[in-house]
Amino acid sequence: MTDKKKNTAFLIVQDNEDARPIIEAVEQDNPEASIQYEPGMVRMECEGSLIVKQETVEALIGRDWDVQELHLVLISLAGNVDEDDEKFELSWG
Amino acid sequence: MAAKKLNLRKRYELLTRGMGWETSYQKMDDVFPYDTFEGIKITDWDKWEDPFRLTMDAYWKFQAEKEKKLYAIIDSFAQNNGQTNLADASYLSAIKLFITGVTPLEYAAHHGFSHLGRHFRGEGARIACQMQAIDELRHAQTQIHTISHYNKHFTGLHNPFHQSDRVWYLSVPKSFGEDALTAGPFEFITSISFAFEYVLTNLLFVPFMSGAAYNGDMATTTFGFSAQSDESRHMTLGLEIIKFMVEQHEDNLPIIQRWIDKHFWRAYRVLALVSAMQDYMLTNTPMSWKEAWDIYFVENGGALFEDLGRYGLKMPKHHELATAEAEHLSHQVWSVFCALGNATGFHTFEPSEEKMAWLSEKYPNTFDKYYRPRFELWKRQKAEGTFEYLASLPQLCQVCQIPMIFTEVETDPMQISFRNTKYKGDNYHFCSDGCKDVFENEPEKYVQAWLPVHQIFQGNCGGATVPEVLEWYKFQPEDGGDYFDSLDYRRWQEWHGNAEAAKTGS
Repeated sequence: MTDKKKNTAFLIVQDNEDARPIIEAVEQDNPEASIQYEPGMVRMECEGSLIVKQETVEALIGRDWDVQELHLVLISLAGNVDEDDEKFELSWG
Repeated sequence: MAAKKLNLRKRYELLTRGMGWETSYQKMDDVFPYDTFEGIKITDWDKWEDPFRLTMDAYWKFQAEKEKKLYAIIDSFAQNNGQTNLADASYLSAIKLFITGVTPLEYAAHHGFSHLGRHFRGEGARIACQMQAIDELRHAQTQIHTISHYNKHFTGLHNPFHQSDRVWYLSVPKSFGEDALTAGPFEFITSISFAFEYVLTNLLFVPFMSGAAYNGDMATTTFGFSAQSDESRHMTLGLEIIKFMVEQHEDNLPIIQRWIDKHFWRAYRVLALVSAMQDYMLTNTPMSWKEAWDIYFVENGGALFEDLGRYGLKMPKHHELATAEAEHLSHQVWSVFCALGNATGFHTFEPSEEKMAWLSEKYPNTFDKYYRPRFELWKRQKAEGTFEYLASLPQLCQVCQIPMIFTEVETDPMQISFRNTKYKGDNYHFCSDGCKDVFENEPEKYVQAWLPVHQIFQGNCGGATVPEVLEWYKFQPEDGGDYFDSLDYRRWQEWHGNAEAAKTGS
């Protein structure tokens, strides 16, 4: 680990096909996020907050996507959760 | 035409608001007798919010889909003899400790949340606890189903629930679970959902399941990650309940801080077992205990408590000691298992040369200096036939029930950390200031502890000799001992075409 981050929000998902568009959407919508591939899982972290947007995922997969489908691949998270029909957001402070 | 679908917020509101009522011919306090005695004051249960806003239809739908995926993988793992593709059969020690130590704890959590799902006054809180009760039951069941396949091929997996109630090292997780279960509902949820699940569970599931993936254990990876998706909800619930309680009344803050201090320390001591699983039992280890601690506690826990600072909550007491212990913990725990390896339900072994090199690299300040010599000595003694297991039973900490193996890591890492206190004329012993504090806050609770070693000496555990006690545990003769002398080892060699080793052992 290099310099310790103070307020990192993170989302960890399984490393599988269902999670791929979610990871790509996070990369697009959170340019500051770092994405780490570990055995079986992918850890996405970002200073302060991290967002998954429904519209970005839908544009990537070409079908309707219910934000709660995230539950199928979710492993862990850190941050206060704010979820509605359009987005899933994690933030500190 | 179908009616327009309600949005998430609205659906959650309809599920969790207005479904309860003020009772008229019974007093509310008689209907909900448990949610006031702890001193937590709730003025408005409607302020309770579950940020995931999961409704029952969505819950069943997603859980069913997770189950289908999991069971498809379990079937395929079994059909393809997945057990032969593990990194090594010694890896199974971790699974044996998991099914006996963690699975019964999941089942106990199911009991606890069922109780809360009935006894919290607020409907939103009751529903969240009911869902979590079902989750915990699901975890216990899927773990048993998954691991039952290994039970066909390996030793030590046959009686997890019986052993959870009796075995010396399994009283560590069991006593933690029962400590929470015998508290009031607010303390229970602070313990399990916040201290254990939010602050510490990532240390159990994330590196361990990633480790399973790294060791070819597709079955464990799958049930582990399937459970973790529920854990994410539980963690979120844990954080919400903490915020909910402190926002309800200022008197709640000191009570909650004391519970956080207590249950952080209790849960952290349970995770001492996990540190040994991670650093020693996993053949290939993606991340050391120390690295995991730095990321999931120091960094993420730090961010969490910084956020909670605005409510007046502080980092749990003795967290600095836990961080200082991170360089020692797994080595001390694995050493005691190796020294008492004739009385464990899994196999112990000294780390391979390759593993020792990895440990030296990950623990540059401690492994070569303090721990490598003892493993090398035992290895040499085993080669010469002079090795002997500990002949006496260890003294246990009155609170965490772990043998007194921890040391003064901040001053003299070779000096056993030993604390004691007198209560009503009796002397009680502790492994740390953390456990001593827990005792002194509630001595009447902990003087009743069922300490395995005391119970053996009192004649309550099948007899006075090791074989009698092991029989009472329902350990089979082939369950414990050194890995290289084991049935698991010989079978593994057979599967991999090494006939000589299969016959003779190492």
